[in-house]
Parts: sequence; C-alpha cells; structure tokens
Amino acid sequence: MANVILAIEVLADIIIANKEKLTEIDAAIGDADHGINMARGFEAVRTKLATAKPDDIGAVLKMVGMTLISTVGGASGPLYGTAFMRAAGVVQGQQVLNSDKAGQMLAAAIGGIKERGKAVKGEKTMLDALEPAYEAFQGGLAAGKSLAECMELATAAAQAGLEYTKTIIATKGRASYLGERSLGHQDAGATSSYLMLAALTELAKGQEQEG
Amino acid sequence: MMVKITKVKTQIDTLDQPTRKKHFGAVGFFIGTLLALIFWHELMKEAIIVKKIINNAEQVVEEMLQGVVLAHPQYVKRVEGFNVLVRANSPVAGKVGLVSGGGSGHEPSHAGYVGKGMLDGAVAGAVFTSPTPDQVYEAVRAVDGGQGVLLIIKNYTGDIMNFEMAAEMADADGIKVAKVVVNDDVAVENSTWTTGRRGIAGTVFVHKIAGAKAETGAGLEEVQRVAEKVIANVRSMGMALSPCIVPAAGKPSFTLAENEVEIGMGIHGEPGTHREAIRSADETTEHLVDKILKDLPLAAGDEVAVMVNGLGGTPPMELYIINRKVAELLGKQQVVITKTFVGNYMTSLEMAGFSVTILKLDAELKELLLAPADTPALVQY
Repeated sequence: MANVILAIEVLADIIIANKEKLTEIDAAIGDADHGINMARGFEAVRTKLATAKPDDIGAVLKMVGMTLISTVGGASGPLYGTAFMRAAGVVQGQQVLNSDKAGQMLAAAIGGIKERGKAVKGEKTMLDALEPAYEAFQGGLAAGKSLAECMELATAAAQAGLEYTKTIIATKGRASYLGERSLGHQDAGATSSYLMLAALTELAKGQEQEG
Repeated sequence: MMVKITKVKTQIDTLDQPTRKKHFGAVGFFIGTLLALIFWHELMKEAIIVKKIINNAEQVVEEMLQGVVLAHPQYVKRVEGFNVLVRANSPVAGKVGLVSGGGSGHEPSHAGYVGKGMLDGAVAGAVFTSPTPDQVYEAVRAVDGGQGVLLIIKNYTGDIMNFEMAAEMADADGIKVAKVVVNDDVAVENSTWTTGRRGIAGTVFVHKIAGAKAETGAGLEEVQRVAEKVIANVRSMGMALSPCIVPAAGKPSFTLAENEVEIGMGIHGEPGTHREAIRSADETTEHLVDKILKDLPLAAGDEVAVMVNGLGGTPPMELYIINRKVAELLGKQQVVITKTFVGNYMTSLEMAGFSVTILKLDAELKELLLAPADTPALVQY
C-alpha cells in the first residue's frame, strides 16, 4: 500500500520533471500540450494524495484515474485515466501487490486504452510502447524473474517501441492528420508511457536492493 | 529557475575539497558564467511570456470566462464551479439543447455563439485542450430542456473521447444525447485514415444552422440530421504566417523562417501540408480555394455561404482582400454567394493567418443559415 502511494508519487515526479520535453515532442507532430496537460493532472494527483486516505491499492489507483480524467483533458486524460481505473479494478480491496497482479494490472490498463482510443499497436501511439512492455513483462514472469527484473525487461521493450514510433506513420491522434510528415518523430504518448515504466523500474530496483 | 540553481550548487558540493581549493578561481568563473547564462535564458523566457496580456498562465481560462459573463450577462451565465457558459435563460423548455466546446484559445468560439438561434452551452477546456468529461456533462445537464441535447464536436481524438464519456454519463441520467463530428479541414485529409480530417471554422456554420433548426422546435433527430447535412457540405482550409504562443508553454508552438508560411496547419498550431515562401494574397487564396473545390465540386448556379476567418493575428484589411479573391474565383464558376462572413470566428490565439470555408447550400440549409441569430459574436436579423 505504502509502496503503491510511493509509486504514484514517482510517476508524478517523472511527468512533472519532463513537462517541457514532452510538450516539445508533441509540438513536432501534434499540438504541443501533452507535457502541460499531464503535468497538470499529476499535480492534482499529488494534491489529492496529500489529503485523501484511500483504504486499499484499488482505491489509490481509482483516485488517480478519476483525477486524471477530470483534470488532464485532451486525449491523454481519458486514455491514462481509463488505464488507471482498469488497473484499479484488478486490485480492488487489496493491500499488497505481487508480480502476477502487476502483470494483470498492465494488461487491464492496456485493454482500457485500446477500448477508449479504439486503437491497436502500430498506429504510433502509447500502445507501441505499452504492448511490447507487457509481453516482455509476461516473458520475464514465465522465466521466473523478480518484479524488478520483469520491469527492466518491460522498460527496455517500451524503449524499443518508442524508437519504433519514429519509423511509422501516425494513423491515430492529431499526428495522423499529417500522414508522412509524422515520420521521423517519436510519439508523445509513447514517450510518457516509457518514462513512467522507467521510473517505476528504478523504484522497484531500489526496493529490491533494500531487501 | 530555482531548480537550475540548485543543480549548480549540487555540482559544487560533489567536487572534492582539494580540487575546489585548487581551481577555485576557474570553477568560480565557470559557475558565474553558467549562472549568468541561466539567468539570461530565464529572463528571455519571461520576456516572451510578458508579451501576453495575462496575469497568470494557470488562470487564463478562469479569468476569460469571468470577463465574458461580465460583458454579456444578457446572453450567458456561468454554471457554478465549472468552465461552462450557458444561455442566460437555460434550460429552454421544450427545445433541443446544443452544446459545443473545445480547447480555449479559439475565441469567439465557442461561448461567443451561445444565444438565441445558435448554441445553448459552451464548454471551455484548457488552452487548445479538449474539456474533461465532467465539464461537458455539466453543460449537458444545464441545457437539457427535456428534448435531449446535441453535442457538436470537432474531429480531434481528445474531444471525441471526452465528449463521448460525457454522453455516457448523461445517458446514465436518462438524458437523450446525440452527437455530430465536424471534419471540414481538407488540408491534411485522407479518407483512408480512420481518424479523418480536423474540424475547424466550418463548425460555426454547424452551430448556426443546427441552432436555427432547434429554435423551430424540431426534435433531436431532426436537429442532428441537419447538422450532419452541414458537415457533409462544408469544407475549409487555412494557412499561417506566424505561430501562436500557448500561455502555459510560454513559447511559440512552431517556428517559421522570415519569409516562410505554413499551408494547411491546424487551429492548434499542428503542422500542415507543407511550408513555402510567402506569396501574394491572391495566389495563396487561389491555392486554398482550389484545394477546397477539388473536394467539394461546385457547378454553375450552385449557392454557397463563404467564411473568410482570421486566426487572431490578421487584420480585417487582409481578410477583405482575401474575400475579394474568393468572390472572384467563385464568380468565375458562376457560383452564387448567398452570404459572406469575414472576421475572427475560430481563432488560434494570436496566430497570423486565415482560413476559407465554403458551405454548399440547398433550400433547407439556406433558410436556416439566414434565420435570425442573437449571440455575443454573431447577430443577424
């Protein structure tokens, strides 16, 4: 429970720290607001966390999802908001998180993003980072690796997915209006997804070392 | 600024003691130069922000909405606690409610069109960012006069998702909600892209005509049908001479060389089809109208409405020069211009540039277009 709240704080930190970078990436092929919007959402999440007293992990994630939906706007609000709400559903009423549950949460989050955004992998969206990440995570679990190791595999796959978004033409989101002019640029949503995974991985590694 | 200075301090602390003593002069000079550079950079950044007449980037939407209500109390009132403006007499019993909205920064869209003969409610998102579902939901609740509510959405992924979520929430309340998606921008169109085209200034014609239909007491399905008919017959395209500055970003959303223009960019500063050296008003207008007419072929005797829309940084003088050329081009084809709108209708903050919109009319659309409207930004008898 405390770990999950810490994880949310880590997510807020990484997004807020990269506000300008994300906005710059979005400006190249979108409308230059991804960093600003996500940072506004996670500032609100920070404020809520400071006062709210959620009972379980599910309640924490639900609060994060609702806050993102009602403060971010744009496409990222409904997408990330839905992702957290769906992840919350997996761990409703639970106090402890294990690797299996983490994998299920990622799967539920991805399912929510696909439904809400009516998107699939290969359309230059956050899914291009998240889906390979999930597959790598499950691969790690099957091989009996630790949570931190699975997270490391997932982050590496997300990074490869992020690179892949530079090589494809957008067919979803505002970048899709550009067609070929979107080539050569990485997707802003895939970037924020990668950043969040990377930050969570650092956290998991640190905690595993502490024992 | 604080963060950057803290980082510099950290660098000093990580140097070991002897080194710090030995190279104190050099390091001091280096740090000093760095600080001066950072300071200069921050000053320049602030200088750009100061070039806007605002108080606080976080408060622009709130303060704007307060100003709109103070200016037009006879037309609009605020839904308490939300970035939603509705007709002063909302909800109008027995009338289909029309709700539009989107990111702020497009003024007078959308609140400027709240009033008799057009919209019932407008939702203002953050600058260039679609409003959140809870905001749209409050607008729907505030304007529902028992006949249902039509959502007029511009075709952006974020707008569609947020408005759809709001529609789901209103449905759960038992409010009938229908929606239409405006996609008039031919610039970066390609019908094989599933997401389709952007929605821009043509949206104002949807507000006008669907609004007039709703005023006749027509049901939700009828109002939706007319809105869809406008969308099927309206096309736009724009160009930009200069970028805009989103207050929260504090710097231009794109950059253009001195003699360069962006053809077909979006109303949020999204890139367009290409960049080219600036040409005359006539040449540029011809290029845009050609693109529109390729997509919306017109025959001799066809009737149209024309909108020459300024993006916020272009003076009426230039818009009228453009309109002169649009009229000439349509005249050559013996197309009849029934009504012309020239001015700032769907802006992009202070972006210099314009868009041209052509709406092909039939008898029904013509009658509704010419019907009276009484709103802060559009009054017609």
